[in-house]
Amino acid sequence: MSKIAALTQWIDDRFPLTSNWKSHLSEYYAPKNFNFWYYFGSLALLVLVIQILSGIFLTMHYKPDASQAFASVEYIMRDVPSGWLVRYIHSTGASMFFVVVYLHMMRGLLYGSFRKPRELVWIFGMLIYLCLMAEAFFGYLLPWGQMSYWGAQVIVNLFSAVPFIGEELSVWIRGDYVVSDATLNRFFAFHVIAIPLVLLGLVAAHIIALHEVGSNNPDGIEIKKKKDPKTGIPLDGIAFHPYYTVKDIVGVVVFLMVFSIIIFFMPEVGGYFLEYNNFIPADPLKTPPHIAPVWYFTPYYAMLRAVPAMLGSQFPGVIVMGLGVMVFFLLPWLDRGKVKSIRYRGPKYKVWLTLFVISFVILAWLGMNPTDFLGKFPGSTLEMATFLARVFTVVYFAFFILMPWYTATDKEKPEPERVTG
Amino acid sequence: MANSSSPSGSKRRFLLTVATAAVGGAGAVAVAVPFVRSMNPSARARAAGAPVEVDISKVEPGMMITVEWRGQPVWIVHRTPEMLANIPKMNDRVADPESSQPLQPAYVDKETRSIKPDYLVLVGICSHLGCSPTEKLKIGADSGLGDEWLGGFYCPCHGSKFDVAGRVLKGMPAPVNLKVPPYTFLSDSRILIGQDKS
Repeated sequence: MSKIAALTQWIDDRFPLTSNWKSHLSEYYAPKNFNFWYYFGSLALLVLVIQILSGIFLTMHYKPDASQAFASVEYIMRDVPSGWLVRYIHSTGASMFFVVVYLHMMRGLLYGSFRKPRELVWIFGMLIYLCLMAEAFFGYLLPWGQMSYWGAQVIVNLFSAVPFIGEELSVWIRGDYVVSDATLNRFFAFHVIAIPLVLLGLVAAHIIALHEVGSNNPDGIEIKKKKDPKTGIPLDGIAFHPYYTVKDIVGVVVFLMVFSIIIFFMPEVGGYFLEYNNFIPADPLKTPPHIAPVWYFTPYYAMLRAVPAMLGSQFPGVIVMGLGVMVFFLLPWLDRGKVKSIRYRGPKYKVWLTLFVISFVILAWLGMNPTDFLGKFPGSTLEMATFLARVFTVVYFAFFILMPWYTATDKEKPEPERVTG
Repeated sequence: MANSSSPSGSKRRFLLTVATAAVGGAGAVAVAVPFVRSMNPSARARAAGAPVEVDISKVEPGMMITVEWRGQPVWIVHRTPEMLANIPKMNDRVADPESSQPLQPAYVDKETRSIKPDYLVLVGICSHLGCSPTEKLKIGADSGLGDEWLGGFYCPCHGSKFDVAGRVLKGMPAPVNLKVPPYTFLSDSRILIGQDKS
């Protein structure tokens, strides 16, 4: 026995190293027909690692104190050796996380990856998405710029809209009557330890659940139904390692090229990744003339603004915004189609999915702009943007609410027996 | 003693399991109390709300100043007779003309929302989601809010509009009027914000 093999044996007698390696990598059989859309799961994992690593180094210099936070970020940018690079990696990573996760979720919508038996994979994934949103929100306060401050002010005030307990709830979240040092300090705690711990646990649960049921694929058929009678290995399955580890390296290389171009040549991405108003220190007495969240929150922000106050309360808007996120959880039970993949779906699902994607993009665009910004165009009015936001909010929800009907009556094509490549 | 595999034994075992879990759960909830409480405003944060004295002798008619009270912007507007004349004209365009919601101390006038009509004192925080609205005291198209604008405040975040008494217009995202803080006139030119009239 070679020394390596002897060491492996020594470990295996005490810890299930080889069996875990096999069950999650070298003998985890994934469908052989993965396409472009299947890069984004492993890329999300990569970005998670990038964020944790760059975050650790930022905490070495950052001060979670309202009187020092803004200056400490500038200190990182100017005086800490390579500090600017670490910070740009972290700020770019935040946006790229959402790029990758939105594409990963889109893959689920295209190929029905949320469908039975992958409901829990989907639910864990959605919880990861919620954690990411919380993580991004808490982290955004830390630079203590104008957008940090007023963004936190708006989001925390969403909780004050809850009937009866809202006011106390928002004071409890802030730890003060306004967003202040106490708020910054606790958001730092949530951002660097509380949420990341939960996030790591959920990522583990997401992958364990996935490896229990097996990966879906662009044909949306279960490869476990056709196994080699002798080996018990799915006929259309290939070992995750080395086949998909190697394939994913290609994705990683391309992704890191894009990532590097952003970091080195356009770290602010025209105000979309780092908003210009956030280069002004927080001023509790003055709201910037136009505030908007970072791009990945803007579809929900547009929904919030689209709903008018009802019965002297803004709670309805908050509810609509919250439902806009939470409604994804219900997808596995809303979809009544017989087939999973877009390849075999009928025209109704294709039309609705297209409308949904258009709504999401237009709401994101509306949410980035002031409510009256379409007024300057001829033939438009000051209320045009609000009107459009209302229309597309309705379409967004119709995609989900009407799903049980249009999927059940859709003219679907028969699924193939085996994957089609 | 009943055998654990007998029906009565398994019942007792179930009861013991539930009782143990309940006691453990109650302990966990009790332990959560100090952690949850620790997130409430500290004694220092609660004490920070001292009243602020402001000299308003330099605030000319039509001018507005902003002072900080409890970390929030407080506006003091010296209203002109024209502004005051516009307040009743807005009564049918605002959501709560009579200030029925308890957002002002009892001693301020419900329509002009002030102690002395000339001076408007407001907490400059939008009742929608807490942005600080921008002053749009100019009348008509000069304000950038159209010809029918009679002066007031405009929240840049979500487009809520308020009249020159801080009353929200109908159909806005903001559900209620802007808040009037407790304040009192120490003399004609000095006001104390944060303390009721004694």
